[in-house]
Amino acid sequence: MYRGRLSAPDDFEGWREVARAFALAGVDPADIMWTAGPDESDLFATDLPPPPPSGSGGFSVPRPFLNLAESAILHRDPERFALLYALLLRVRERPGRLEDKADPLLRRVEMLASAVRRDIHKMRAFVRFRELEDETGPRYVAWFEPDHHIVRVNASFFMRRFASMHWSILTPELSIHWDGETLTEGPGASAQDAPADDPVEQIWKSYYASIFNPARLKIGAMLSEMPRKYWRNLPEAALIPELVAGAQAREAAMIAAPAKPPARPSNATATWAALREEAMGCTRCPLYRDTTQTVFGEGPIDAPLLFIGEQPGDQEDLAGRPFVGPAGQLFDRALEEAGIDRRQTYVTNAVKHFKHERRGKRRIHQTPETPEIQACRWWLTQELDLLQPRIIVALGATAARSLLGKTVTIGRTRGTPIALESGAQGWVTVHPSFLLRMPDEARKAKERQRFVSELKEIGERMRNLA
Amino acid sequence: MAVLSVRQKLEILADAAKYDASCASSGTSKRDSASGKKGGIGSTEGMGICHAYAPDGRCISLLKILLTNSCIFDCHYCINRRSSDVRRARFTVREVVDLTLSFYRRNYIEGLFLSSGIIRSSDYTMEQLVEVARSLREDHDFRGYIHLKTIPDADPELARQAGLYADRLSINVELPTEQGLKRLAPEKHGGRIETAMADMRSAIEDGSDARRRYRHAPRFAPAGQSTQMIVGADGADDRAIIGRASRLYDRHRLRRVYYSAFSPIPSPSSVLPLKRPPLMREHRLYQSDWMMRFYGYSANELDSATDPDTGCLPLDIDPKLAWALRHREGFPVDVNRAPREMLLRVPGLGVKAVDRIVASRRHRRLRLDDVGRLTSSIAKLRPFLVASDWRPGQLTDRVDLRRLLTPPPAQLELFQ
Repeated sequence: MYRGRLSAPDDFEGWREVARAFALAGVDPADIMWTAGPDESDLFATDLPPPPPSGSGGFSVPRPFLNLAESAILHRDPERFALLYALLLRVRERPGRLEDKADPLLRRVEMLASAVRRDIHKMRAFVRFRELEDETGPRYVAWFEPDHHIVRVNASFFMRRFASMHWSILTPELSIHWDGETLTEGPGASAQDAPADDPVEQIWKSYYASIFNPARLKIGAMLSEMPRKYWRNLPEAALIPELVAGAQAREAAMIAAPAKPPARPSNATATWAALREEAMGCTRCPLYRDTTQTVFGEGPIDAPLLFIGEQPGDQEDLAGRPFVGPAGQLFDRALEEAGIDRRQTYVTNAVKHFKHERRGKRRIHQTPETPEIQACRWWLTQELDLLQPRIIVALGATAARSLLGKTVTIGRTRGTPIALESGAQGWVTVHPSFLLRMPDEARKAKERQRFVSELKEIGERMRNLA
Repeated sequence: MAVLSVRQKLEILADAAKYDASCASSGTSKRDSASGKKGGIGSTEGMGICHAYAPDGRCISLLKILLTNSCIFDCHYCINRRSSDVRRARFTVREVVDLTLSFYRRNYIEGLFLSSGIIRSSDYTMEQLVEVARSLREDHDFRGYIHLKTIPDADPELARQAGLYADRLSINVELPTEQGLKRLAPEKHGGRIETAMADMRSAIEDGSDARRRYRHAPRFAPAGQSTQMIVGADGADDRAIIGRASRLYDRHRLRRVYYSAFSPIPSPSSVLPLKRPPLMREHRLYQSDWMMRFYGYSANELDSATDPDTGCLPLDIDPKLAWALRHREGFPVDVNRAPREMLLRVPGLGVKAVDRIVASRRHRRLRLDDVGRLTSSIAKLRPFLVASDWRPGQLTDRVDLRRLLTPPPAQLELFQ
């Protein structure tokens, strides 16, 4: 058993020299008891022989090993000297070992080094100076508690950054002082040795509170970079609990509030026009490529009744207005029979571009599919949010899918009102073009009658709501 | 109006600046106050430092404030728009300089990120911003980080001066689509914003060109330029946003594109969508951005990571996993043989882990637990990887693979 004695816990040069001597003498890692600093002397180790003299012999190891060892040796893990020595022997034998990142020993040493580098970085980030006035002028003093033995190695950073300031950084193990010319070291200190306050901290805390965005709370992200152990020496961290509580209360209030939509904005007409304008250039799905234009909804902004169709057809695509073709004309007549004035309703489509297939000179209607419905739903949502109608009627399966966000069977859904999340009343019925396409005249008349009577019921409900 | 104290002004003008996502202080030239002329303060060492984190998870690296939140523009997404009834304040140049220095001396910050509402004219506002930077650099020999927001309509000569004092310059494109910009920021012009970015690019490139030839040529914005897009305020889906970001990187050599989920602001304008987008959407966009910048994906390839219906990236799984699930024919890849660029596409393997794998497989045949030591978790990568003692077999092609790999909702806030 040998004793490897180092002058301090961060004594890299000492370790390098001792380790070289052991390695040259072929000492096994298990036969060395490492101690660092006068305080860490071990009862048993004192009797052990020191390493054999290194003599003039030497050997070389790759530079990356030294870089790694320089960091890892600052770790507070008492095993670090032994681990590094074991790694040294292996690297001496085969320098390529350093590339074998899956090797458990190398991996462990790399983890030590990376913990140290993180600690060095966190010290640079979280040291907080407080200003004092003494005979030589202003002096900046900080109290910091590092995890590892990094203070000495980190001093140069603060010298480079605050060259013209006079500063001291006090830590439990060691204090460092800079007078603008030279760096001096002192013994460890305690939190009470640092100034208790600095008026600028109040301003800094105001900044911290103001730059925080309470609409977004990501406590996990904050904690992973600024763990609680640092909080006690960060003046701004005192605000965290109240900032989080405030934001959570705000969130809770939003959830607790009834799902009533905010009042319709006063400049809703201008907003609607701007929205329509934006939709004119929509490229959210590829349908825009083969069409004349976007066919946006139309009708008064304060209409209590809103109809959603499927998509514009050939004539709507050319006219730029919804429900003007054959189905639209049927729809108009049905509304009239049901006693509803179309001019007082808002009419729009689930999909705002005409999906079709070209056959010769004709453009044949194609049913839009989920991707198109989903892509276009954004516009419909904007229209619904803006208009806030009392009753929304989905005409056909496509419209129902867009309104309800799921596929429903018309036959089973029609005829009864659905309570929508927005507070509005939803209805599902057939699309007028369904009636147009029916070959059997008798059935067609019956279906048409049913459609009109549903519209009548909707019209009555609307009058009752109003 | 009552006279506001510096602290009251700071509360108003930091609050007004918080909707800008960027706070980076990295990527500039190395300098310090120990060398060269005496009496200066500050240093930059390449890597930025986050001096604090707010509970919104964002890094606080710079003093991020507006010179004033008064504005002659009326952009609907902006809390400082002309028609907003927010409280107004204005710092003097001197106040900003003093505040920056007193925060810097206490090690609260890496430097200053200064932006401003437009007052009087674009040129006048830009002059004020440049004057703050000039005073810090010349009167106080400040060697910390300065980021200035540039006003696209201002005189190019002012932008040139700004570049001589600042580390980074940025111009916000604001909205991903031209139509969105027209609706929400009627006084801004997409064309002029892009022209200003193109001018900035050539000024930055000329600057570094001159440095190569003459050692003492002045540095011009050594940390380059960046921009920000607001997500969820217009009709752009993620596919459109990723495409726009990719073109911006290519065309103007941007260092970063920032994405900011539109967050409801007090007294919102009615032209805005009333609902805010999920925060996770912003996070997924950042991940896609990393995939383009560090993992070798093109914007076109990322299209297939988006949902074909909505054009948006899935929220429950990360885009790299979404991409892999769509391209199972390319998996599993052999950890002991596959080229680096294929390993980078394995879900759950980051750049560092891939580099470690490439280095160590020269020395050993990697088993699954070797891989486990080189990365943080192997749960996600098992179906996509072959190791010397592991083959996923049918696992790669299972129809319920997506469900198996979807993390429970509680973990969604975790970063990779």
